[in-house]
Amino acid sequence: MQDPDQLVRATEHQLGELIDEHVPERPAAVDRSDVLPDELTDDVIAAPGGGEVVSHGGLARRVLGVFAENKLAVVGVVVIVAAVLFCYVGPLLYHTNQTNANEALNTPGNAPPGNGHPLGTDASGFDILGRLMYGGQVSLLVGFAAAAVASVFGALYGAISGFFGTWVDSAMMRVVDAFLSIPVLFLAIVLAVIFRPSLVVFIFVIAFVSWLIPARLIRGQALSLRVREYVQAVHVMGGSKSRIVVRHIIPNSIGTIIVNTTFNIADAILLLAALGFIGLGVPAPQTDWGSMLSNGVNYAVDGYWWEIYPAGLCIVLVVVAFNFIGDALRDSLEVRLQQR
Amino acid sequence: MIGFLVRRLLQAVLVVVGVIAIMFVLIHLIPGGEARAVLGPKAQSVAIAQFNKENGLDLPLWDQFAHYLWNLSHFNLGRSYTANQDVTSLIAEALPKTLILVGLSTLLALVVAIPLGIYQVIRRNKIEDYVVTGMSFILYAMPAFLLGTLLILWFAVYLPIFSTEAPQTDSIVGILTDPRAMVLPVVTLAAISIASFSRYMRSSMMETMTEDFVRTARAKGAAPRRVLFVHALRNAIIPIITLLGLSLGTIVSGAVITESVFNYPGMGLLAVNSAFKEDLPTLLGVTFVVTLATIVGNLIADILYAVVDPRIRYARS
Repeated sequence: MQDPDQLVRATEHQLGELIDEHVPERPAAVDRSDVLPDELTDDVIAAPGGGEVVSHGGLARRVLGVFAENKLAVVGVVVIVAAVLFCYVGPLLYHTNQTNANEALNTPGNAPPGNGHPLGTDASGFDILGRLMYGGQVSLLVGFAAAAVASVFGALYGAISGFFGTWVDSAMMRVVDAFLSIPVLFLAIVLAVIFRPSLVVFIFVIAFVSWLIPARLIRGQALSLRVREYVQAVHVMGGSKSRIVVRHIIPNSIGTIIVNTTFNIADAILLLAALGFIGLGVPAPQTDWGSMLSNGVNYAVDGYWWEIYPAGLCIVLVVVAFNFIGDALRDSLEVRLQQR
Repeated sequence: MIGFLVRRLLQAVLVVVGVIAIMFVLIHLIPGGEARAVLGPKAQSVAIAQFNKENGLDLPLWDQFAHYLWNLSHFNLGRSYTANQDVTSLIAEALPKTLILVGLSTLLALVVAIPLGIYQVIRRNKIEDYVVTGMSFILYAMPAFLLGTLLILWFAVYLPIFSTEAPQTDSIVGILTDPRAMVLPVVTLAAISIASFSRYMRSSMMETMTEDFVRTARAKGAAPRRVLFVHALRNAIIPIITLLGLSLGTIVSGAVITESVFNYPGMGLLAVNSAFKEDLPTLLGVTFVVTLATIVGNLIADILYAVVDPRIRYARS
């Protein structure tokens, strides 16, 4: 007895080849609808095998196309690459002690910039430039990882909910509604207190408050995708439900997922910074940009600006950069996906 | 209208029930249970059993949940671990202060953002429009804790015009009559909303200007000013009600930050301080009340929207 999924896979594969033969390669920005008649583009291009071929090759090219068209997005990428290099390569070139609090006591605390410390030192005597790199690793890592976890889980959850519809959908979405009605920061604080997070747990705490929006978005897409002919075709061919969700609904929502993930990274970095600012950030000796800012605020009255501006600037730059990229991707991916 | 009202109300009740269930689950998620959280990690197992018995934690989960619901329906949110006070009375002290802060700053945000949005439409695609857009993007990207810190640094330290702290008095009158201390917190919280409100107002107004009735008004010879302020504005301003409802969660989260930057003894500071002391009943109580408030706020916004704009209630049914 042959596995129905295998059969579907074979059919999809043939379909994919068929479409590859008939649809020649073309530059990123060109919509395929100008070559094929409308009915065909909808049903064939977005069809099982073909849809995947298009979304792999086409998506990468489309994403690259975004950066060719949009200068702000390029600025965003440059800022983020610079931030990653600064945080991860920087410490290799600029050696500072960021973990040994006793040793740091030997350096004068709250020292203004100069004297071997380009950005001065903080209250404990840690070099601020080095600390920006050290704390930035945490901010970036948590931001990326939390957004990735949230997107994967949220997309699966939303796709399942939307695909099954009926009472399953209602029940699953009421859970999302209830969580969404709790103001984000409160939910994050409660989780931070209950789980007393280490760095890794922090990723999951932040992911836990960030998966709700992607779940809602993808559920909306799944609702419209599940009635499409190609999904029904897979169904008729005997493809399993999990296959439809994982191989068809999610790949066809990939534009929305990518755009949302970009914004989620920015939000995750901000949320971690907010928690750090309140004093519920990653446990010492680790730090993040928000915790650094929080320490600086204690000395705002003394006018120790070097403990405030650098960390603040890092947060704003990185967050704005991700928002630029997200905006550009949304303009191009989502609009085109809708028009297709 | 009645149908819409009933449906919307049921929906809100369902969400509240969901939130209650979440709260209940969260309490039981504490590693080692509530007793460990109160008595500390070194507590003897006898003491833990005693604590569980006294607090009804040895009962079956369903009984505990029923108990929890019963307490909630009597405004009993439990007793603070650290303050030797009922959570309800702690909240009763803090809630009015947060309401004042949120109310004043939302008012300020509307008073600034709506005219700003209109001004941008009048000067659309001219230098003024771009300047305002640019500024609102900067504000939008600026987290509340950074903005608050910068305002303190600039307007309380370098230029000592305002105080670095919010009013510390317990009386409402004291807060309202101390503008020097209240200005920076209110501005900080308002700034977050000004950016999004003015963007929204601008696009809502732009959209309204393309409507047929605006063209008709122009065609019959109404003055441009009249078209803008009488015909377009009245329609463009309605969606702001929904935006207000939807922004409540963000505003409340912003209040937590603002209160902790300026040491303003409202709900946010209460939550943060109880988080430090690991005082879970207080933290969960505050979270519950704040969530309830945002749900009710959303409900009011939705109903108000349907009242003001009849198209909504028909479209939804």
